[in-house]
Amino acid sequence: MSEPACPPYRLPPPQRQSRRQGWGFAALLLGLVGASLYTLDLRLSEFLSRDAAARMGAFVAEFFPPEHAPAFLHKVLLGAWETLAMSGLGTLLAALAGLTLALPAARLHAHDRARWRGPTRLLLNALRSIPELVWAALLLVSAGLGPFAGTLALALHTSGVLGRLFAEALENAPRGPAEALRVQGVDETRILLYATLPQLLPQLLSYTLYRWENNIRAASVLGVVGAGGLGQLLAFHLGLFHMPRTATILIAMLLLVALVDGLSWLSRRSMTR
Amino acid sequence: MLEGIGARHPQARPGAALALRGLDLKLATGEQVAVIGPSGAGKTTLMQLLACALAPSAGHLGLDGRSPWNLPRRELQALRGRLFLAPQLPPLPPRQRVVTAVLAGRLPAMGLLASLRALVYPDDIPAAFAALERFDLGDKLFERVDRLSGGERQRVGLARALLAPAKLWLLDEPLASLDPARSRQAIGVLSQQARARGITLVATLHQIDTALSSFPRIIGLRDGALAFDLPAAQVTPALLARLYEQHEQELHGQPAPEDDPAPDTSAPVIMQCR
Amino acid sequence: MSALATAAPRRDPAFAARLSWSAGTLLLLWPLLVATEFRPWLLFDPDSLRVSGNFLAGFWPPAHEANFLLLVARETWRTVAMATAGVTLGLLIAAPLALLATGTLSISALGGRMAPLPAALRQLVRALLVLLRSVPELIWALVFVRVVGLGPTSGVLAIGLSYGGMLGKVYAEILESGETQAATALLRNGCGRLQAFCYGLLPASAAELSSYTVYRWECAIRSSVVLGFVGAGGLGQLLDSSVKMFAGAEVATMLLVFVALVALADRASAWLRQALG
Repeated sequence: MSEPACPPYRLPPPQRQSRRQGWGFAALLLGLVGASLYTLDLRLSEFLSRDAAARMGAFVAEFFPPEHAPAFLHKVLLGAWETLAMSGLGTLLAALAGLTLALPAARLHAHDRARWRGPTRLLLNALRSIPELVWAALLLVSAGLGPFAGTLALALHTSGVLGRLFAEALENAPRGPAEALRVQGVDETRILLYATLPQLLPQLLSYTLYRWENNIRAASVLGVVGAGGLGQLLAFHLGLFHMPRTATILIAMLLLVALVDGLSWLSRRSMTR
Repeated sequence: MLEGIGARHPQARPGAALALRGLDLKLATGEQVAVIGPSGAGKTTLMQLLACALAPSAGHLGLDGRSPWNLPRRELQALRGRLFLAPQLPPLPPRQRVVTAVLAGRLPAMGLLASLRALVYPDDIPAAFAALERFDLGDKLFERVDRLSGGERQRVGLARALLAPAKLWLLDEPLASLDPARSRQAIGVLSQQARARGITLVATLHQIDTALSSFPRIIGLRDGALAFDLPAAQVTPALLARLYEQHEQELHGQPAPEDDPAPDTSAPVIMQCR
Repeated sequence: MSALATAAPRRDPAFAARLSWSAGTLLLLWPLLVATEFRPWLLFDPDSLRVSGNFLAGFWPPAHEANFLLLVARETWRTVAMATAGVTLGLLIAAPLALLATGTLSISALGGRMAPLPAALRQLVRALLVLLRSVPELIWALVFVRVVGLGPTSGVLAIGLSYGGMLGKVYAEILESGETQAATALLRNGCGRLQAFCYGLLPASAAELSSYTVYRWECAIRSSVVLGFVGAGGLGQLLDSSVKMFAGAEVATMLLVFVALVALADRASAWLRQALG
């Protein structure tokens, strides 16, 4: 009878190795979490006392009933329309800018030198790394308060996201139709228009609509730094402790988000039929 | 005119064996040639070579007395505009309409502005209709390509040839998805048009009887080398049997399954924080 | 030749419809431009150009005094710490809620359809999760700042609650899709729900669950920078004050640090997810 590979009470080496790795990871993660909690000086104990709970309860009770005076509702409606317009126009601009940037950022065929691919990808990464709110805060300097800064902020951030997605879609597109035209000696611009983009258009539209869903949420809160829409209204009333009005604005935000989610889903579904 | 040509299969890894070795071939203007052989013989590679889509790894390729790969790019593009390659899988964008897909065959002869205008409104509907009518597809003029059957799509791909400003037609398996009646019609249309316009026609075929009956010259390829290059009348069953040794089912009309690598249509992952 | 003797069509039948759709869409653009006060020429107004010009000119060179860099480093750590603590809190909220919401651990469903009361309970938990994640975390942070005061606590709570909702919903979905036969078999044989989870569901979906959590952690880092703008501390708050003071050099440094942080977190997250999966 042959010797067992390792003594019966120990795991075979590969599994022992992965177990050790697992413990190492767990230790790393726990260490990170522990260090975070320690350095943050969270006053959670204060937060969890009965007194604090009572205060929280009282605070929450102030939100009800939400304000429903017609004059205020009218303002909220205007704010909602402004937010919707911000998100729509921002996404539209981003789709156009994203497509423009995606062309140099993609290697369109096997022999494409794609000299601008590296720098453009860097630009797209920079655009999408910076959150919309940070862009808005920066753009307020030149565009002033109001929804214009918000629209531009959304457009800048989203063009980074869509540019990257569009570039990857361009690179992964089926090559047959484009190759056939290339063999015939057609130049790259017309190959794009006649072969590549017609195949990709539904996918690109779908990404844009999906991104619109994200942008309506972002647009709602951009106003907090002064970029207009419901966010600006919310920050204003919250600062003055008008809790019922804040509650109405919050409900309006949730409804707006649900509306755009629904519209986006319907449009995407009608495109695939 | 190919001399001593060697080339790799377009999707082969570098360092892989040559798909075509030491091939010597001369084609005269206006000739109609059928290329036959078992799968893996290098027929597609030959088509790609002739279409200047693939540079030869060895040997010399001459078209109209000039070596295309030594030409400046603009002239190479102009040269490419004078040939037409129809791949086995019809290269039609799925959601495009047939009229635009067919008229795209004319792009080498159109300027940029005209091409842009044609995207918005097709510029020569009667010509597209006439080309499709020859293949019995006139009523599908404004249909979307992905609503057509495989055979219909193949015929649309062939109709594109009729509109291309080409002097050399290279058809890779033009009858693969067509039933016998349609195959006869298609081959009839293509060879009649080629003869009428003085176009050189080269087609790779698996349907041996069609090849023998419709084409005056037959080239047999096996394992990347020339097996025979004869007028159709001189091709004997013995020659065919030797050509298709160990691939008998293809001799009797069942082509081997095409092993084109599937296009990578994986959608990019949408990484968004929502 | 076909027997169809129809004349060749001369007009494109789809053109009219396309034209009206395009015109309609363009018409819709006008109200959008008005509502967003879209006036790009304002950017090039001489006063505005001067202000932005000065601001941008300050970007080079980026601030690099030692004590400022130290401050930035400390605030960056606080941002990462806030994100980590927030995701941990979110995990603690999401895990039990996901277990409650997933239908895979339903005992009444073993015998065919789920009984109405457990089904209603599960729907309620799902609704709670949707509510938690629908409210943007910035709003949560704004509210908490009023209650708890300025500082990272409000940020941690905001991330914790909204990410708890997100994580919970996705965990419940992961647990329901994928291999559920193991858990169902255990439940059928009389195991408790938690046992069925630990022995049946967890081994199968652990990779996916942890991968998603790490991905969320990466998103949380960006969120915590944003939350700094409403008083939750960290890099965001520093950035906010620097922009308000038009200190271009400081803003430039912080933007660079932030982009590097995001790239680093992206790399770390990709490595972790690959190692876990």
